[in-house]
Amino acid sequence: MLNVFRGKPKYVTVRPQEEPERKDFPDNLWTRCDSCGKMIFTKELEKEAFLCASCGHHFRISARKRLAMLTETANFEAFPPLVAADPIGFPGYTEKIKQAQEQTGLDDAVLIGKATIQGSCCILGIIDFSFIGGSMGSVMGEQLVRGFEKALQEELPVVIFSGGGGGARMHEGIFSLMQMAKTAQAVGKHSRAGLLFVSVLTHPTMGGIYASFASLGDIILAEPGALIGFAGPRIVEETTRQKLPAGFQTAEYALKHGMIDAIVSRSQMLSYVGRLLAWHR
Amino acid sequence: MQAFEWEKPVLELEARIGELKQFIHSEEMDFSQEIKTLERKAATLRKEIYENLTPFQRVTMARHPKRPTTLDYISLLFDEFVEFHGDRSYRDDQAIVGGVALFEGRPVTVVGPQKGRDTKDNIARNFGLPHPEGYRKALRLMKQAEKFGRPIITLIDVVGAYPGIEAEERGQGLVIAQCIEEMSFLKTPILSIITGEGGSGGALALGVGDRILMLENAWYSVISPEMCAAILWRDSSRAAEAADLLRLTPTDLLKFGIIDDVITEPLGGAHRDHVTTGLQIRSFMRRYLATIMKKPIDQLIEERLARFRQIGTFNEKSLAEL
Repeated sequence: MLNVFRGKPKYVTVRPQEEPERKDFPDNLWTRCDSCGKMIFTKELEKEAFLCASCGHHFRISARKRLAMLTETANFEAFPPLVAADPIGFPGYTEKIKQAQEQTGLDDAVLIGKATIQGSCCILGIIDFSFIGGSMGSVMGEQLVRGFEKALQEELPVVIFSGGGGGARMHEGIFSLMQMAKTAQAVGKHSRAGLLFVSVLTHPTMGGIYASFASLGDIILAEPGALIGFAGPRIVEETTRQKLPAGFQTAEYALKHGMIDAIVSRSQMLSYVGRLLAWHR
Repeated sequence: MQAFEWEKPVLELEARIGELKQFIHSEEMDFSQEIKTLERKAATLRKEIYENLTPFQRVTMARHPKRPTTLDYISLLFDEFVEFHGDRSYRDDQAIVGGVALFEGRPVTVVGPQKGRDTKDNIARNFGLPHPEGYRKALRLMKQAEKFGRPIITLIDVVGAYPGIEAEERGQGLVIAQCIEEMSFLKTPILSIITGEGGSGGALALGVGDRILMLENAWYSVISPEMCAAILWRDSSRAAEAADLLRLTPTDLLKFGIIDDVITEPLGGAHRDHVTTGLQIRSFMRRYLATIMKKPIDQLIEERLARFRQIGTFNEKSLAEL
């Protein structure tokens, strides 16, 4: 934080348009699968859309990597950037934002713009977990609303990949809670005009993000194994003092209980979403 | 009645005055001058204490076991009430109550989370923590109100939606989103009053009103002070410090434009005088209902949406420019 006292700053300045060197995976050649424990050649992992070749585990990926899997740079026109303010003067929030920006090269937790996916024009939003847990504050709320408004204006479908374990961003207090209403209403207006919203839940989609726009898709998809729910598993366990059932709050669990339309593997995602968009053109 | 540590000085003084009065009465002596002085002192002390409550002291006031519950408010605010039950799909969740009531002769729909009034009641009502079916019932009743052109009054007092296994299985997050979204477009006037606790999404699910009022000793926040403290310092006992950070008091929320007005409570809190609290809320309801019922419904919905649309603070600059 206060590098002033330590001589040289320990960070580098990056431009948001460029993918900075990420610490998603260690620099070494091999990555251990979180699920099956197998060692995977990192280069191989990147080639395979960050899926474990032996167990199919979906590694968490950055918004930019996700974007690259869905469309080409030339086919993505990002919205003008917004940067978080500190509406309730929460201690450490400004520093936290700066740090997240330096680490991810993003302005905030959502990457959003007009995109073409397999020939279909749409508004595409992708939430990045590594930016303060992908939590929703005023910036994400506003960007998503602008997305739905633009889509409404231009009669476009909206596709959002949600992966925000943090839900509403605590550091903005009541302002982040209100983003739930703001985004839900934007979905409502877009929906009432007869337009399509495909909500894709990636690991993890919880709390205020799940309890607002992400639940309101005409079609709700999820990646295998993604954690989906309102209250976090630890809170549920502590409150109920019950042992959680196997696979509780996973995408498979949500599918079984009728909460989502389908589970789609990352390797199939592009063609699946592409087909849905084409059928609703 | 359970007293808080910080109000003990004034309660003790009040008790002394009572004793003195009793004594004088039995001894037939004239101490009226002295009593007047003491009563003045008590009044000053009371004002000093209750007007300078810390945010967390207000949170504990909002949780006072003798504070009126939603059903208490319903009997205080309305002339008649019939309760309707069930979500028509799974069961009747008693942690949310609702039905049709008469407000000064006019039928209105009223819904709100209901805490228990004693242990047995609390168990039946799951300590006022609603399941998805509770929210589905609320939504059903609100849509019924829309159909019959009745205004809706939501009375909000909830720590949060229940974080349980079955609640998750039946779509707690999904139903909150649906409540928020559908309420936003209902073609009938909506008045929301936060009477006690306004805990996160579980409160917002019933809080998308055309006017949003809040009692003086209520709180409304994205997260409870305990949970916030647990996240920040891994210590939920530091809730008082977290309450200071969250800006969850009606005064702050009014300043932020999140709520429209603050309903003052009798000195010492609503639990000390239910009737006066009820009368006070009634007068606010009368005024605000009249305002929103006068407006054409399309305009009202437009304004409802515009209100939330503009909430949020950010800078229109990229991080490279900043």
